[in-house]
Amino acid sequence: MSALREIEFRDALREAMSEEMRRDKRVMLMGEEVAQYNGAYKVSRGMLDEFGPRRIIDTPISESGFAGMAIGAAMMGLKPIVEFMSWSFSLVAADPILNNAPKMLYMSGGQFGCSVVFRGNDGAGGQLGSTHSWCVEGLYSNVPGIKIAIPSNPYDAKGLLKTSIRGSDPVFFLESERMLGNKGHVPEEEYLIPFGQAAVIREGTDCTLASWGRPVHFCMEAAEELQKQGISCEVIDLRTVRPLDIGTVVRSVRKTNACVVVDQSWSFGSPGSELASQVHRHCFDDLDNYVHRVHSADVPTPYATNLEQEYLPNARKIVEAVRSATYNL
Amino acid sequence: MTTMQTPASASPSVPPGAPVEQVHAKVFGATEHLRPAPATAATPEQMKEWLRQMLLIREFEVRCMQAYQEKKIGGFCHVYIGQEAVAVGCTAAVEHRDPIVTAYRDHGHALARGMDPKHCMAEMFGRIGGCAKGKGGSMHMFDRDNNMFGGHGIVGAQTPLGAGLAFACKYMDEVIDGGTNRRVALCFLGDGALNQGAFHEALNLAGLMDLPVIYVVENNGYSMGTAIARGTTMAHSLVTKAAGYGIDGFVVDGMDVVEVHADMKRIADRCRETSRPAFVDMRTYRFKGHSMSDPRKYRTKEEEDVFEADDPIGKLQRRMMEAGVLAEDDFRAMQRAIREQVRDAVAWSDASPPPPLEELNTDVFLEPWGQYTGSTQPQMNGGTTNPPGFPTIATSEDLS
Repeated sequence: MSALREIEFRDALREAMSEEMRRDKRVMLMGEEVAQYNGAYKVSRGMLDEFGPRRIIDTPISESGFAGMAIGAAMMGLKPIVEFMSWSFSLVAADPILNNAPKMLYMSGGQFGCSVVFRGNDGAGGQLGSTHSWCVEGLYSNVPGIKIAIPSNPYDAKGLLKTSIRGSDPVFFLESERMLGNKGHVPEEEYLIPFGQAAVIREGTDCTLASWGRPVHFCMEAAEELQKQGISCEVIDLRTVRPLDIGTVVRSVRKTNACVVVDQSWSFGSPGSELASQVHRHCFDDLDNYVHRVHSADVPTPYATNLEQEYLPNARKIVEAVRSATYNL
Repeated sequence: MTTMQTPASASPSVPPGAPVEQVHAKVFGATEHLRPAPATAATPEQMKEWLRQMLLIREFEVRCMQAYQEKKIGGFCHVYIGQEAVAVGCTAAVEHRDPIVTAYRDHGHALARGMDPKHCMAEMFGRIGGCAKGKGGSMHMFDRDNNMFGGHGIVGAQTPLGAGLAFACKYMDEVIDGGTNRRVALCFLGDGALNQGAFHEALNLAGLMDLPVIYVVENNGYSMGTAIARGTTMAHSLVTKAAGYGIDGFVVDGMDVVEVHADMKRIADRCRETSRPAFVDMRTYRFKGHSMSDPRKYRTKEEEDVFEADDPIGKLQRRMMEAGVLAEDDFRAMQRAIREQVRDAVAWSDASPPPPLEELNTDVFLEPWGQYTGSTQPQMNGGTTNPPGFPTIATSEDLS
């Protein structure tokens, strides 16, 4: 009955890490509260008991220090997983994660790779205010040398995390506090999901919706609503933004002739603007309208519930964007 | 080597012609009395090798300055002249399998570690024969075969990396091999890095996690143009910073290679045995500017003269001659051979072609996709091509 097994997003992450740690002794997990506390968000619950304190390592609140330490260890051939309690805290580790990890292979002329996975919560968690609600893909996707995975469901989370750990390059793995309790189908059998392969999760004929991470769910909600209004949407979950599977999006847009990109990061210089630009470039003669984009509002993240909801992408905004892109206003 | 110091009053100003001790006191603070190395601390063979290495670094750096003026070297270039005893003495005190990492003034460490001067020079010339195929430059010297983990350009950035190297050494013993390799990591930094947050985080982690790493502060008295006491608290007693992290600190005379080796050997042996980090205030002096564009207006000619009279190469040469283990002729022959070696390195680098334009897109990922065409190794490591990773996805060309 394994086909019916449903587990939480956080359990999928833990299974990925534990399976890879059983498989390869070079893999270890470090971060704030990952061991004795069993994980600030219970992702690493029970891992200390199984793997012991030498492989599940509590660090002090010292992101720049332990991120750099993990990179040094990776240069020696270990495969560290670093948990950032929140990607918002990675900003104080900007030098190691942006200057060391992605550039080491290039600067050393191919001598030193850096197999390290940084993972943690990204995006608005719910009334956490401006400093704790970063969508770091807006910043970090600009940097060559890193792979960025942003899964939207437990199945993808497990498959992509296993690929991240097993691979040889630095990976930024972006989870969402708001999805850790989401349940989804994850088979017992082992599987890996390669990077750069988007999933078409709903087929449609009138408009392509392209997204990744949590907003994929808003896209599905919007597609459902639009179906009732007689507009058929194709929804694509990119799964990784570096590499970006532009081919799948382009093939879809050549069929639907309309495209809306939904990206939780800010609009200016974002993965969403990059995707829109690439779609314009490859589908110049196929598009009936310019590519529409739904992002977070171009302001710091507010605290008040109503403001935060208005700030984030949501199904209503996506419905409006699709109606506009398909001349149904 | 001294382990404890008492705080001193503010550095005095130094009148022209002041005694050496007074000049040292002005640069480093007033308290240190560095003990001379015992005459028997090194064998003639060891000293001869150190002399050769220091002469090589000196000659190499002189040629670098020349090449920089001829515009063969671009960007920033920081020469090691004056500090040779530190890299040579420290690397001699550890084993070749012990990883080392340093900052941007890194040519000396690369050469002391065994990098061929050809590959080091060609890197600065931006040629394919460079240790990183011309993609790293003067500040980023990497040499996997010699366990040299870079050359890092951002001040203090290498200090958490050094903790990570030590972490991996220990982890491999405890979790993977069950072995007793007991490697130690050497992490060099300048005194300017003492004020970076990364350094303090690294020290805290090293102290907390019992990491076998030795932080060697190449204290040359200046972070660029800022005298140490102008930018760093407790400049006269840097070991107190380490004490705050539960790490033992030592002061070593970095102008005497015999002393550097003897002290670092003891410190490294202790680190290997106890798996505890160490901190070394290595007193040294850079004879030239911070980089090639530094007119050195922030210090006096008198001060420079005092330190230049303490030249680590002259000191070792005199010591060996007085001990009767080095003849004038041998020294001259050694100098000639090194001059020739470095001249050859320059000629080899001149002849090495610039990296082919395809190199622009290699070495971004080990498992690349799309437009990245893969990774290759530098010439010095055999130049093999890595196997391809995941299947590539559609590129612009496929879609057009």
